[in-house]
Amino acid sequence: MMNKRFVSLWFRHLTTDRLTLRQPELKDVPVVFVAPVRNRVVVTGANFLAEAQGITVGMAAADAKAIVPDLKVMDDVPGMEAKLLKALGEWCIRYSPHIAVDLPDGLLLDITGCAHLWGGEPGYLKEIVTRLRSKGYDVRGAIADTVGAAWAIARFGRTKPIIEPGGQANALLSLPPASLRLEPLILERLQKLGFYKISSFIGLNRSALRRRFGDGFLMRLNQALGNEDEPLQLLQPIEPYSERLPCLEPIRTATGIEIAIQTLLEKLCKRLAGEGKGVRIAILKGYRVDGQIIETSIGTNRATHQAGHLFKLFELKISSLEPALGIELFTLDAPKVEDVEVEQEVLWSPESCDLSNNSLAELLDRLANKVGAGNIRRYLPQEHYWPERSIKPAISLKEKPATAWRTGRARPSMLLNRPERIEVTALIPDYPPMLFIYRNKVHQVKKADGPERIEREWWLDEGEHRDYYQVEDENGRRYWLFRSGHYSGDQSKQWFIHGFFA
Amino acid sequence: MPEAKKDIIHQLQKDILLWQGFTPPSAAMAKGIGLGPIESAFPNGVFPTGAIHEMVCPTPEQAAATGGLVAGLLGVLMQQGGACLWISTSRRLFPPSLVAFNVAPDRVIFIDVQREKDVLWAMEEALKCEGLAAVIAEVRDISFAQSRRLQLAVESSRVTGFLLRNDPRKAGATTCVARWQVTPLPSNLDDELPGVGHPRWQVDLLRVRNGNPGSWKLEWTDSGFMPIEEKEKEQQISLGERRKAG
Repeated sequence: MMNKRFVSLWFRHLTTDRLTLRQPELKDVPVVFVAPVRNRVVVTGANFLAEAQGITVGMAAADAKAIVPDLKVMDDVPGMEAKLLKALGEWCIRYSPHIAVDLPDGLLLDITGCAHLWGGEPGYLKEIVTRLRSKGYDVRGAIADTVGAAWAIARFGRTKPIIEPGGQANALLSLPPASLRLEPLILERLQKLGFYKISSFIGLNRSALRRRFGDGFLMRLNQALGNEDEPLQLLQPIEPYSERLPCLEPIRTATGIEIAIQTLLEKLCKRLAGEGKGVRIAILKGYRVDGQIIETSIGTNRATHQAGHLFKLFELKISSLEPALGIELFTLDAPKVEDVEVEQEVLWSPESCDLSNNSLAELLDRLANKVGAGNIRRYLPQEHYWPERSIKPAISLKEKPATAWRTGRARPSMLLNRPERIEVTALIPDYPPMLFIYRNKVHQVKKADGPERIEREWWLDEGEHRDYYQVEDENGRRYWLFRSGHYSGDQSKQWFIHGFFA
Repeated sequence: MPEAKKDIIHQLQKDILLWQGFTPPSAAMAKGIGLGPIESAFPNGVFPTGAIHEMVCPTPEQAAATGGLVAGLLGVLMQQGGACLWISTSRRLFPPSLVAFNVAPDRVIFIDVQREKDVLWAMEEALKCEGLAAVIAEVRDISFAQSRRLQLAVESSRVTGFLLRNDPRKAGATTCVARWQVTPLPSNLDDELPGVGHPRWQVDLLRVRNGNPGSWKLEWTDSGFMPIEEKEKEQQISLGERRKAG
């Protein structure tokens, strides 16, 4: 197994740096953020100038104001750190896919196997830190074998930021106990007992330590030393099927994007083909130079790992991607994959093109990506007499009708989405009308079939039944009319036209 | 000598048809599509599959009748298997009605698009897909260039396309192989029975490329299309025979 390596990033003035970025005029003013904690207003963040004059986080706001009379006091926005760190973490995905937010002021990166892409750990760390500093964030970073050690060195290290593999125990010796991420109560106790450095208690008997300081203390110590695993709460849960393509130069052209998509698809499809799986949904993301993330997604009707076909689907979307100043990194995720049915390749014969045909599925994918999958429908019979409910959309191309199509009664070729009201003259109950007026045109009924009574399905909805008539007018045009409810003297609101027969 | 000349001219006509993309009837289609005398209007006397047919249907009644005729043709076209695509912006076709025309409605895929130009895009894409039985699209208008694109698509895939046009005022020149108009006719039941009979239509071929336009009367019965004149003649003959026998 590969030796794990972690980067811990510490944003020393996270909230105030953010404020200075937003309001550059506050750059030369001591600023603190304050928030009420248990009836006391406490400093939650201070910028470099404020700290230089003796203000520390946790101090009462009133005290801080007394120390620095021209202090600028801002109200803390709850959840601000988490939001900022999440955004910074997403930006850092270009350096490693495994990022975790380390509240309240840090980020953790699992960089196992990543650093060599930037020419080794010193260059890698330098790149991250200088890029973040150039953005205006006062950041310190450290690399070590464990999260705990990297965290400690980033915050308390004095000499070198990179701890060579296996060297974390030595590096921790000279650091204070606070570097072990302990609770304040335990820290206080350690202070009382005179343990000012880790070296002073690291050699003690473990059972004695547990008795005095509890399990949590030992866990933190072991995590820092690498004796106990520490799972990271990743910012982005890893997609099982995901490919990355960092670009040396930002990509700005459609051709460049095409090549990137093709490269990613080939990699992904190779893996999928090996595992006998296919893509149902794929998401392409482009990380732009200006920090924005653009994304587009495709869906397929049947799982496929044909890179060519998937590329055709993405091809339709390329025009919607805005590269702006350029895209530095492409990622391709397949959040939904399914097993592909292994098919015997057959020689092409036109007679065999049925619903199960691959070229049909590929055609439907192309159409679905342009017009939307919801606009492609296939209907199956449903056991309802009510015309509007006699069909239901099929879920997939493979679904077969559960019941046979009804053939007994004539159904119109064209059905109006909503029956339209007509004026009729009907003299005898349960006889078809003599004439009807539809769209200001009078139709004399010459021939008619009916009535066919269709009862309302009372367990589904309420209302009157319908008596359907198939009628033919003097010109041979055939209509489907119905009377809603029973015959009554006043027929003005009872009759509707619902369809046209062939 | 005139006989020989006639032969030569006949042969030349056949050659020209071949060059224009009309292949002589294949074994599969030898028995025709069931349209009877209408088929003789087409070059070689065969209903052209692998081509675009244009159907003019300005009123909903005509659209329903056209739908019936197309469904009847689909029943034959889909006999060898294969699916069918129906593309439109405002679809009113009621799938269960297709059963009466020997089409399994679950083998028809409906594509509902928002814009008129997407209909033509979708149709072109679909026509490129070999082995579909047919593609039907409801459009308002189509230009010559657009119909040319569709024609090029079917030339390589041999899929049959139907364009249902609901605005005949703009019917300009197209590359379609034929322009149809179907109008409903009063149905007829034998022996003066009450009720509505089998659907009957007046089928007009307004324009046929390399063929002869004309007008026919057609009825859809349980055994397929039935030309009406023939049927009436048959009835007369049988009546006459009965009289003779009587």
